[in-house]
Amino acid sequence: MEGIPYTTEARPDTGLTNPKLGIWLFLASEVMLFGSLFSSYALLRTGAPSWPKQWEVLNVPLAALNTVVLIASSVTMVLAWVSLKNKNVQRYRLFMGLTLAGGAVFLIVKAIEYSEKFSHGLYPSTSNFLGLYFTLTGLHALHVVAGMIVNAYFIGPGVRMWSTDPERFTNRIEVAGIYWHFVDVVWIFLFPVLYLL
Amino acid sequence: MFFLLVGFCLVLLIRWQLAYPGEVVPFVGGLLGEANAPGGSLSPEFYNQLGAMHGTIMVFLGVVPLAFGAFGNYVVPLQIGAPDMAFPRLNATSYWLYFAGGIVMLASFFVPGGAANNGWTSYVPLSDYALQGQTWWLVGMLLLIFSSLLGAINFIATIIQLRAPGLTWFRLPFFVWSQFITAFLLLLAFPALQAAAVLQGMDRIAGTSFFLPSGLVVSGRPLEVAGGGNALLWQHLFWFLGHPEVYVLILPAMGIVAEVVTNNTRKPLWGYRLMVYSVFVLGFLSFVVWAHHMFLTGMGTAISAFFQATTMIISIPSVVILSSLILSLYGGSIRFSTPMLFALGFMPMFGIGGLTGLPLGLAATDIPLHDTNYVVGHFHYLVAPGTIFALFAGVYYWFPKITGRMMNDMLGRIHFVGSLICMNVIFMPMFVQGLAGVNRRLFDGGATYVHAQDTLHFNGPMAQAAFVLALFQLFFIVNVFWSVRSGRLANTNPWDATTLEWAATSTPPRAHGNFDAPVRVFRSAYEYSVPGNPSGYLPQNAPDQA
Repeated sequence: MEGIPYTTEARPDTGLTNPKLGIWLFLASEVMLFGSLFSSYALLRTGAPSWPKQWEVLNVPLAALNTVVLIASSVTMVLAWVSLKNKNVQRYRLFMGLTLAGGAVFLIVKAIEYSEKFSHGLYPSTSNFLGLYFTLTGLHALHVVAGMIVNAYFIGPGVRMWSTDPERFTNRIEVAGIYWHFVDVVWIFLFPVLYLL
Repeated sequence: MFFLLVGFCLVLLIRWQLAYPGEVVPFVGGLLGEANAPGGSLSPEFYNQLGAMHGTIMVFLGVVPLAFGAFGNYVVPLQIGAPDMAFPRLNATSYWLYFAGGIVMLASFFVPGGAANNGWTSYVPLSDYALQGQTWWLVGMLLLIFSSLLGAINFIATIIQLRAPGLTWFRLPFFVWSQFITAFLLLLAFPALQAAAVLQGMDRIAGTSFFLPSGLVVSGRPLEVAGGGNALLWQHLFWFLGHPEVYVLILPAMGIVAEVVTNNTRKPLWGYRLMVYSVFVLGFLSFVVWAHHMFLTGMGTAISAFFQATTMIISIPSVVILSSLILSLYGGSIRFSTPMLFALGFMPMFGIGGLTGLPLGLAATDIPLHDTNYVVGHFHYLVAPGTIFALFAGVYYWFPKITGRMMNDMLGRIHFVGSLICMNVIFMPMFVQGLAGVNRRLFDGGATYVHAQDTLHFNGPMAQAAFVLALFQLFFIVNVFWSVRSGRLANTNPWDATTLEWAATSTPPRAHGNFDAPVRVFRSAYEYSVPGNPSGYLPQNAPDQA
């Protein structure tokens, strides 16, 4: 009995491969992490005597731009996976590159936002709203960086697996994609909660 | 195991201090450093560090990794007939994160100001402006949390995906069920503490005031922060983890006891399905009882009533499981082997710990008992002679599986009897002290408190019992090291057990791959004393006689 079963092919009675189940479980814990932080936000805000008008403190147009960029990068992530399903590595490289670029643009815009705040003397210690803003978006940015590192590996050294075990490589991209979409979804919650409400 | 010993050494220092306040600690007093123990006797600050780190190390570095990480990791894949865990690399990552977390925790004793000294709960606002050690505590906790999360993902995926053909859900040994639910608790509860640790880290490093209310005055000076924070938020986040964590400590123990009991009574587990349903209910309810730790915070009677009700409900599945274990004994031909002794010791001790919890779960009776030694006695009965006895049972039971040799029975029995007596001498008086109103975490053990005077005389025997308990652990340590090299050789199934781990060769010869041949499962986990079967038991992988 050699090797661990169901790394690539799905187990018949569960319909899942190990990595796919693993990433969903990981995301379950991530939901609890961000859920705890959103709950903290709600508790602190409802308990506060006054709360700033968020859209006046933060830069809504830049954040809207970032929302579009991140959703677009999720679309290219799916297209990258579809390209592999169609056995087209060239297109895979193109779309994966676009996904990475999307992540990079998102981070650059985020950095511009941060430095704009700092230059106006707005720091995490200024108020609880700004503290929450920097904590939540900072943690989210860390997740973007982590996703970009994984994606960069799959466009760089990781792509070699395509020639040895294409099916497994395709699954890897799918799993990385699930994570990337989750990061996207977190932002879709963060944007209205922090900027618009 | 090493960390359990470290945690135990810390508590020995505490006990010395409580019994003989201000007196010089014998033997090691000089080694603690001038800052911690001027002239060889403990300083109050160092005493607080000992208290906080004893709790942290015992829970997060001792019992959880041993019950979940070690036993779960070794036994679960074997019991489900899997070649390995689903993600071996993740497993190694999880271990090394745990290792790093442990190093950070221990190293924090040596930073300026020493280790965290805010209790294992790290309540704010005190911990928000505590010394550097608290930041180390947060970093250590984050590493341990990542380790647990990765471990939990691995366990769930392994149990769902890698069960051997024929091993349906209701054929799983109860130990696997208990680990499965434990993994879910870790997976879903730990992120709350992760969030809390991030927020507290921001408070400490970036100067935010998530947990600092406006107008806070420290040492006569108002704090220079924005304010507007909420100290209760920390408590909610902490206990959202903290209460499921209690079940993380006890469920694997129940699993081990169930395995040992059914094997040594030579009977199927009584009410197997009922126990599985109970463990499900227990896991679910453990997420909605957390605020019973907070009855004294003034959060309101309506909320207290809700959490009081859920707390009473959660005792039902616990009682179902304990009763099933006791009923399993009925009519069995019990073999009083060393693991069985520890399992039998577990049941009444867990019973005491559980029943003394009821007054704490009711808001009205909790108010006088809150933060007294009664609480300390309650949870130590659950964890020390409860969980740790179960862990000892597990070590004695699976030792031949791991090493191919039996542990010495005589040393094991001495270890059991000594530990049982000493633990009761230590923990039973805590209830009396607590009912007398003696608070926990008192540096002098209550010597300067009027209401504590009547129960002060317990502190001496409690300290002596703790040191004798340490002596009895030597029997265990000697036993392990001696038996590894020269214990009686065991065959592959020394306990005549039915579950799959005994179908593999005794010490798996290869680094990967537990079984020599593909495993098939034909029956449920505990087919003991089957009528008409001369050997008295049917292993799960034995095909039906045609």
